Formats: sequence, C-alpha cells, structure tokens
Amino acid sequence: MSGRRRLARWGALGPAELIPQARLSGPMPWVIAIMIALTVIAAAAGLALRNAAHTAKAELSGGITVQIVEPAAESRARQAEAAARRLAALPGVSGVRIVPPEELDRLVSPWLGPEASDADAVPVPALIDARVGGAVTPARLAELRRGLRDVAPSARVDAQSSWLAPVFGAIGSLQWLAVALIALLGVATSAAVLLAARTALGSNRETIEIVHLLGGTDAQIARIFQRSIGLDAAVGGATGLALGAAAILLLARQLAGLGAGLATGGSLGWLDWLVLALVPVAGVGVAMLTARLTVIRALRKML
Amino acid sequence: MTQGGAGEIVQFDNVGLRYGTDREVLTDVSFTLFPGSFYFLTGASGAGKTSLLKLLYLAQRPSRGMIRLFGTDAITLPRDRLPAFRRRLGVVFQDFRLVSHLSAFDNVALPLRVAGMPQKELEKPVSDMLDWVGLADRMHSRPATLSGGEQQRVAIARAVIGRPDLLVADEPTGNVDPDMALKLLRLFEALNRLGTTVVVATHDVHLLRKVPESLIMRLDKGKLADPTGALRYPPRREAPPT
Repeated sequence: MSGRRRLARWGALGPAELIPQARLSGPMPWVIAIMIALTVIAAAAGLALRNAAHTAKAELSGGITVQIVEPAAESRARQAEAAARRLAALPGVSGVRIVPPEELDRLVSPWLGPEASDADAVPVPALIDARVGGAVTPARLAELRRGLRDVAPSARVDAQSSWLAPVFGAIGSLQWLAVALIALLGVATSAAVLLAARTALGSNRETIEIVHLLGGTDAQIARIFQRSIGLDAAVGGATGLALGAAAILLLARQLAGLGAGLATGGSLGWLDWLVLALVPVAGVGVAMLTARLTVIRALRKML
Repeated sequence: MTQGGAGEIVQFDNVGLRYGTDREVLTDVSFTLFPGSFYFLTGASGAGKTSLLKLLYLAQRPSRGMIRLFGTDAITLPRDRLPAFRRRLGVVFQDFRLVSHLSAFDNVALPLRVAGMPQKELEKPVSDMLDWVGLADRMHSRPATLSGGEQQRVAIARAVIGRPDLLVADEPTGNVDPDMALKLLRLFEALNRLGTTVVVATHDVHLLRKVPESLIMRLDKGKLADPTGALRYPPRREAPPT
C-alpha cells in the first residue's frame, strides 16, 4: 500500500469498535433524555399558550360589549332596546343581542349571591353583545359611542378583546419564558456533551495518539466521537421525546377535564406535534456539533 | 553545510532535543538516510535512541536544528499535512501501543482502515500478515490475552502491513525468542529489499551481525558517533527497483 493514498473515511472500523461504548449503561443518553424531555415539555407549553391566545383572539376579535349603566330599571331597559336597534342599523354591525337578565343573573350570582336577581337591591347594567366587521380600533369604538349617544346616553362601548389584554400580555411573557427555557436547556445539553466529549477524549487518549501516529486525521477522529455521541443523543432523544410526550398527554387529559375556554383552546395540533418531534432531531444535531468542535479543538493541541 | 537534496528520505542537520528546561537529550545529531538503506541504532539505555526515533516518526518536534523527511521540511510542516507523512511511516513502539479493546486482526488492520481501505480488500493481507508472524490462530484475541512476544509480533505486523517507505522499530525483537527474532529480521530485510528504509533500535549485538549490509548508528549520551562523516554524508545509493 502506498502511504500517499488519499485521506479517506474510515472503512468498516466503526466508532463503536475504536471507542468502547457505554451506551445505556453510561450517563450520557439519560442526561440527554432528561434535557430533551424538559425541552419538549417547555416547547409544548409555549405552543399550547400560543394556540390558546390565537383561539381566544379569534373568538373575541370584532366583538363589542355595550353596557347600559343606568340605576333606573325602566330607563335601563328602554335605552338597551334603543341601543340594540341603533346598533343593528349601523353599517358593518351584526349579531346584536341583548343579554337576557337571567343570563346576567347567572353570571354575577357567584359574586353577588342570589340577591343579584333582585333588580332593586343591586342594579346590574344591561349588556348588549354585537360583532363589527374588521378590527375594533379606538376610532371605531368612538364612532359607535357617538352613534349611540342620542338614544342611550348611559351606554359604555368596549371591545371584548380589551378585557383579555392583560391575559394576552401574560401569555406573551410565558411564551418568551418557554423560549428562554428551551435556549437554556440547549446550552445545558451542549455543556453536558462537551463534558462527555472531554471525558471520552481523556479516557481514549492512548487510542487517539496511536491513530494519530498511524496517520489518522483530526477529522477522522472527530467523526468517530461525533458518531458515538450522536448515537447516544439519538437514544437519549427518543427516550426524552417519549417521556415528554407522555407528560404532555397526561397534562392535556387533566386540562380537558377543566372544560375552561382558554385551556381547551390551547390543545396541540399535528403541526405542533411535528415541531415537538423535531426537538430530539435538533438535540442530536447540537450534540454532534458540540462533540465535533470540542474534539477538533482538543486535537489541535496535540502534534 | 549539508550535502544532499533530491533522493534522501531523511535528513537531520544539527538536531537538538530537550524536554522542558532539562539538558538536551540529543545534541547536534546529523545524518542522512537514503531510500533502501538498513540501519541499526544502538547505544546504552538513556543514550537517546527512543527520542531520536520519536523525531523520525513525527511524534516530537526538535528543539533546534533541521529535519527533512521525504524531501520536505518536517519542522515547519503544518499539522494538517502530518497525517499524509505518517502514513508513509511504519512504527514498532517499544511498548507496542496496541489498542487494548481491539483484536489482533483489528490492530493490524488499523493503518489500512485509517488509509481508507475497504474491509473486503484488507481481510486477506491482514490475515496473511498475521499468519506470517505466527498468529493466525490468535487473530481474534485481544492484546491482554496475548503474551509479550505475541503482542510484539502484532505490533510489527501493524507497522509493516502498509508497506511503509520508512520503517522505524524500537527494540522490535526484545520479547521474542531467537528464532522468531531472526524471522522478524528477515521480514524487515524483505521490506528493505522492496525499497523500505529500515531503522531498528536495538541492544542486541547479535542482531547487528545478521544483516551484513546494514549500517550502524551509535548514540552516546545524545550524540551520534560519526567519526568518518559517513552518516552525515553517506555515499549515494541507487534505490532498488520496487
């Protein structure tokens, strides 16, 4: 054989042969499994929050509420009727509905008690639900208020989405928190792989020196470690995905039992599950890249 | 000034080596090796034989002086070009340096696999080589289960399997019986006849007489004895046909 033979890839000598593998008996796959499981859960939480916000926004967009805040019951009812008629006549306004008093009583009774149905004891404003075409901007609201002023002077017009603005703000913050958690877990995974690669380099130093002296290149040696850690990451990633998915499904079942609008609106679609399935793939990629860079950097210190 | 230029396979010129801040273990070592030559490197323990071999097989850079290997300055050789040079070398380490979790077969096959030879192509030469060194029945054994002599033969088989241009052997017959020592020496000679330059470090004076056409390099306290200058300025030799 000529020594001038091109620098080629390893032949049949796989990484498992040159570097003894610990596989599941070692800590690396389990560390990666935990990291991936936590990342999957954080990503699922972020996606569910996004879905919940989208669902709520879709339900509330275009919705307005008109309150007739009038202590006199007769005047309140008259103004409500007039406002409903005026709203229905306005262009772009649809679905005008006076919320029945029984429904109002049911809504406020948890706070005010059964006496809430006594109109004289606690004057509850009359409510009108309506939908307007397009976005409910402050200008549009002002226009609606002007339109109602002469028939219902006690009317207060609000966009329904404004009630949930603080909730949407909190959801946005939680989504950023999920992104930050995912980034931190990515960094932690890289750090774990870096330590594992350094340990493997240390314990296989003798073999590496021999392969170097036989003409092995840095890239060949790095590829062996890269594959080895890639396999560990794949095993850990699959386990982590399974653990994470099980936790998500369990939580989803419990939230479904609540029957609350926001909770059910935050269910995951198939695209979301696809994104979650890509988490271990990304984990394997990060692990292999970290291993390669760590090993190449360490090898460059050797002759 | 050093003679030479084209043709020499190794050229050392006033090479010095020290580890850390200790005294020099090699001092002003100068010699030239031409293709197809056979050298014995002798000297007492601690004379610097292993250090000189380390410089030859590119495991160490000198502290000073000039080394040319295969016509290229080995001192300033970039790291990424070292593997291509190392693949032209065969090395028998004094401590064998076999990969402990690989079988004898896989250890011998290692240089071929590093060079990218497919499994199918390497099976026969590796088996033949192990057969030749008398280890056909131990090819699946791991080094820990082999005797010192058997490990040494695996190390030699690994060093010569790639038909190197330069074979460097550090006490290659130290752990084998006289018959096997002679057999291994014949292997080195056969390679030498095919054009491989051979450098064998040994204590065994009997071995020196077995290869009459060999040249002796004697190290004494890190200095190469060369009273006639024949090592530094050797007569040119025609490389044998390969």
